[in-house]
Amino acid sequence: MAELLEVTDLHTQFFTRDGVVRAVDGVSFHVAAGETLGIVGESGCGKSVTALSLMRLIPQPPGKIVRGSIMFDGQDILKMDDDDVRGIRGNNIAMIFQDPMTSLNPVLTISRQISEALELHLKMDKSEARKRTIELLELVNIPSAKKRVDDYPHQFSGGMRQRVMIAMALSCNPKLILADEPTTALDVTIQAQILDLLKNLAREFRTAFILITHDLGVVAGMTQRINVMYAGRIVEKADTVELFANPKMPYTWGLLRSIPRLDESRRAKLVPIEGLPPDLIAPPPGCKFEPRCQYRHDVCREKEPDLVHIPNSKPDHDARCWGTQEGGWLVDTDWKREIGDTHVLEVIKQETASVTATETPGV
Amino acid sequence: MATASTTQERAAELNFARKQRSLWGDAAYRLFRNKAAVGGLVIIVSAFLIAIFAQFLAPYNPIEIPQNPASQMEPLWTGSKYTDPRYLLGTDFLGRDIVSRLIYASRISMVVGFVPTFIVFGLGVTVGMTAGFFGGWLDQLLMRFTDIIYAFPDFLFLLIIVASFRASPFGKLLDGLLLIFVAIAIVGWVGVARLTRGQVLALKEREFVEAARAVGATPRRIMTKHLFPNALAPLIVTAAFAVPSAILNEATLSFLGVGIIPPTPSWGQMINEGFPLFASNPWAVLLPAICISVVMLSFTFVGDGLRDALDPRMKT
Amino acid sequence: MLKYTIRRLLLMIPTLFFVALITFALAKAAPGSPFDKNPDKPPRQEIVDRWIKFYGLDKPVHEQFILYMSNIVHLDFGTSIRRQRAVSDILGQGFPVTAQLGIQALILALAVALPLGVISALKQNTMVDYASLFFATVGTTIPSFVMAIFFIYIFALGLHLFPITGWGTPQHMVMPTVILALGAAAFLARITRASMLEAIRQDYVRTARSKGLREQVVIVGHVLKNAMIPVATVVGPAAAGLITGSFIIETFFSVPGIGREYILSITALDYPVIMATTLLYAFFIVVANLSVDLVYGMLDPRIKVAK
Repeated sequence: MAELLEVTDLHTQFFTRDGVVRAVDGVSFHVAAGETLGIVGESGCGKSVTALSLMRLIPQPPGKIVRGSIMFDGQDILKMDDDDVRGIRGNNIAMIFQDPMTSLNPVLTISRQISEALELHLKMDKSEARKRTIELLELVNIPSAKKRVDDYPHQFSGGMRQRVMIAMALSCNPKLILADEPTTALDVTIQAQILDLLKNLAREFRTAFILITHDLGVVAGMTQRINVMYAGRIVEKADTVELFANPKMPYTWGLLRSIPRLDESRRAKLVPIEGLPPDLIAPPPGCKFEPRCQYRHDVCREKEPDLVHIPNSKPDHDARCWGTQEGGWLVDTDWKREIGDTHVLEVIKQETASVTATETPGV
Repeated sequence: MATASTTQERAAELNFARKQRSLWGDAAYRLFRNKAAVGGLVIIVSAFLIAIFAQFLAPYNPIEIPQNPASQMEPLWTGSKYTDPRYLLGTDFLGRDIVSRLIYASRISMVVGFVPTFIVFGLGVTVGMTAGFFGGWLDQLLMRFTDIIYAFPDFLFLLIIVASFRASPFGKLLDGLLLIFVAIAIVGWVGVARLTRGQVLALKEREFVEAARAVGATPRRIMTKHLFPNALAPLIVTAAFAVPSAILNEATLSFLGVGIIPPTPSWGQMINEGFPLFASNPWAVLLPAICISVVMLSFTFVGDGLRDALDPRMKT
Repeated sequence: MLKYTIRRLLLMIPTLFFVALITFALAKAAPGSPFDKNPDKPPRQEIVDRWIKFYGLDKPVHEQFILYMSNIVHLDFGTSIRRQRAVSDILGQGFPVTAQLGIQALILALAVALPLGVISALKQNTMVDYASLFFATVGTTIPSFVMAIFFIYIFALGLHLFPITGWGTPQHMVMPTVILALGAAAFLARITRASMLEAIRQDYVRTARSKGLREQVVIVGHVLKNAMIPVATVVGPAAAGLITGSFIIETFFSVPGIGREYILSITALDYPVIMATTLLYAFFIVVANLSVDLVYGMLDPRIKVAK
C-alpha cells in the first residue's frame, strides 16, 4: 500500500522565556491512503502539536518545526512555500478541532464558514457552494439543513457544532483528516454518535484519518493502528488489536488500567497513573516515563531506550522500554495481574506530593 | 521518614514542572521587570519626597510677591535678556520664583491624587461588597444610582459640585482642597462600587465561596477572607489609574479657575495664571505643563505595569 | 428592534429627570447669587428684586423646580441670567459649532485609531507596535489642555502654522479638532489593539487557517469582525469623552460652542444655562450609550436585541 503520509524524525519546539519546550521530539510514523491511525496519550504529550505541525499551523513564534520531513503525496510539506501549504490545508488535509464551542467563528453563519473553503479550493460560485454546504450538512445528519444553514454557531448545540466541523472538514474531499480530540468536549451520549458518524464517513469517503485522543476507549473501535505518545515521543506502536491484546510498555498499561471496561471482571479496579507528565523543557535523561513507572530499574533512569521491535509480538509492534525488550525483566509480565512494586508506587506518590507542595506555596 | 529528604531531592531533580512563585510574588516580579513601571515608580517617589521636603528645597517663598519684582523672567537656559541669575526657571507675572512654585505645587498634586482615592475606595468597596453579597434593596438602589451618575460625564458632575460650593465657607477650607477631595469622592465612589459589586457577584458563585459557606463561615468572614482578596487585583489596577485621574481633575479644575484658590500654587492653576501671557512668557506655562505630563505618564506606566503584572490572562 | 429602541428611549426620561434634579439641587445649594458677580459695582436693590421676580427666585424651591420642569416639557429652557437671552437661543447658536467640532474629532479619532490598532496588533512587538503603543499611552495620559499648550507653543507660536484662538476658517479648526481627537484616538487605538490580539488567538482563527485561507482573508473575514465588537462598545464612552473634552478645548481656544458657554455660566452661576446644557450633555450620553447597544446587537449575532 502506498503511503499517503510519511512523517520522519519530526521535531517541533517552542521557544519560551523559560527555555525550549521540546513538544514533539523525533516522531516518525506513516498513514496509508484510507487508513485510520490513532495517536493516544495524556494531555501535553505532543499529540496536538504533531497534528498542527502536519498542517504547518504551529504559531510561529514561539513555535518552530526545527527538524524532520512530512512527505504528503510525495511532497515534503515542510519544504513547500506558504501558497502551496495553503493549497493543501482544507483541501487535501483537513482538521477537526477539539472544542466545537470555540472553533467556529461566532459572528459568521454556518453557510459562510463552510462555503469559504469550497469557493477557495473547488472554485465554486456562491450558489453552488451553498448547495454543496446544505448537502454536507445533510450528510452529517443535521436536521432541516436547508433552514439551519443560515444560522450562527451559537444556535447549535455542542454535538451539532461538531457535526458542522466535520462537514467543514469533509467539504473539499480531503485525502486526510486530522481529528484532534473530536469528542472530548462533548457529552458522553453525543460522543458515541459523533464517533459513529466519523467512522462511517471515513469508510464511505475512503479518507485517511488520524484520530488524536487521550482516551484509549475512543480509538478501540475506530482505528487500524495506534501510536502511543509520551513526552513528545512515540513510546509504543502496534495495530489496534495487538495493542489492546498485548501491550508492551508500562505507560500503555497505565492508560489501559485507567479506562473503565465493561468486559472486565468486576474486581478489576481503575488504577490511575501516579504523578505528572515531565517538564518538556528539562525532561528526565533516561526513559521519559521512568519517574512514574512502577516497574523501573536503574537503567531506565540512566539511558533512554529506543523504539524497537518487541519479542513475542506481531511484526509491526514496537515499544520504547528496557523492561519489555529482548532479555528485559518485563518480558513475561502479565500487566493485568502484576501491578508492579508497591514500594516503588509509594515512593512515586511521595515524590509527586513533594513536587506539588513546592509548586504551590501559600495556597 | 529517612527517605523524605531524598524524595524531595529527587523530585527537584525530576523537575516535573517549572517552579512557580506565589500569585503576588509573581506579580511583583513581573512589575519590577517592567522598566517603564520602575521608572514611573522612581519619579513618583521623587515627587513625593519633593512634596514632603518642599520647604527645604524651594529657594523662595512661592506665594509672597518680592519687594522689587523682576516679573516674567525666562529660564536661564534661554539666554534671552529677560533672565535673572537668581531665578533658574524664571518668574511668573507677579515676579514669583517658578522653581519654588513648581515645588510647592507638587504637594497639591500628590495629596489630591491619594487622599480622594482612599475615600473613593473605602466607600466604593464597602458599598459594592455589601450590595453584591446581600443583593436586595441596597443593590437595587446602587444600580439605579449608578445609572443616573453614568449619564453625567464625570468631569461635568465634578465641575458643577465644585462651582456650586466654591463660594461657601466649606469651599474655602484648605484653599479649596477639601472641596475638591469631597467632589472627587462623590463622583468616583459609584464606579468603584459597581466594579466591586460585579466582582463579588462573579466570585460568589465560585466553588471556594460555596465551600466556605458550607463549613459555616459568617458572611463577614466570607467577605473579608474570601471575596475581598480575590477581587483585589482588578481593584488595585483601578486604583492605580484613579490616582492620576484625580490629579488630572484637580489640574483641570484649577486651570479653569475653579480649583485651588490662589495664591496657593498648583500646576493647573499656574497654567491658568500664565496662559494670558503665554506668547510673551511661554515657559511659565510650559513648565507646569511638563510637570503634569511627567507625573501623569509615570502613574500610567505604573498602572499599566500593575495591570499586566496582575492580569493572569496576560501571562505567557 | 423598534420596540426595544422605544422602550430604551422611554427609560431615558427618569434618568434625565434625576440629572435635572441633582443639577438643580446643587445650583440651589450654592451660596451667593448670580446677581452679585461684580463686587465693584453691585446692582441696585430694586433691579435685583425685579430680576428675582422675573426668574421666579422668590418662590419656594420645589415650586421653582416644578415650574422649570414643566417649562422644559414645552421646550422652554428659560432665560440666561448672565446674557439676558433665551437659553434655547444661546444653545441654538453654540450647538452647531460644538457638534461640528465633536463630529470632526470623532471621525478623525476613528480614522486614526482603527488602522493604528489593527496594524499594531498584526505587527505585535515590532517598532510599529511600540510606536503606536507609545502614542496611545501619551494620548490617553496627557490631559487635553496640557497637550493644547504644547501644540500652541510648537505650531502657533513656533511655526506660525495655525492661529491660537477663534473659530470659523479651516485653519482655526485644525488644532482644536486634533487635540480633542487625540485622547479618543489613543483610547480607541488601545482598545482596538487589545481586542485584535484577543480575537487573533481564538480557536476559530486556527480553524480559518486550517481551511487554507490566505492570511489577509483570515484577518479581514474572521478576526476583524470579532475584534470590532468590543471596539464598538467603547465608541459610546469615547464620544462621551469628546463631549466632556469639548468644553475644555472650547474654553482654551475660544471656540464659540456650548462648552465655553457652559464654563462661563458655571463661574457666573447662571443656572438656567447650566441646567439646560447639563441636560443636553446627559441626553447625548444616554443616546450614545443606546446607539452602542443597538450597534452591538447588529454586530454580534449572539445578542438578541429585538426581544
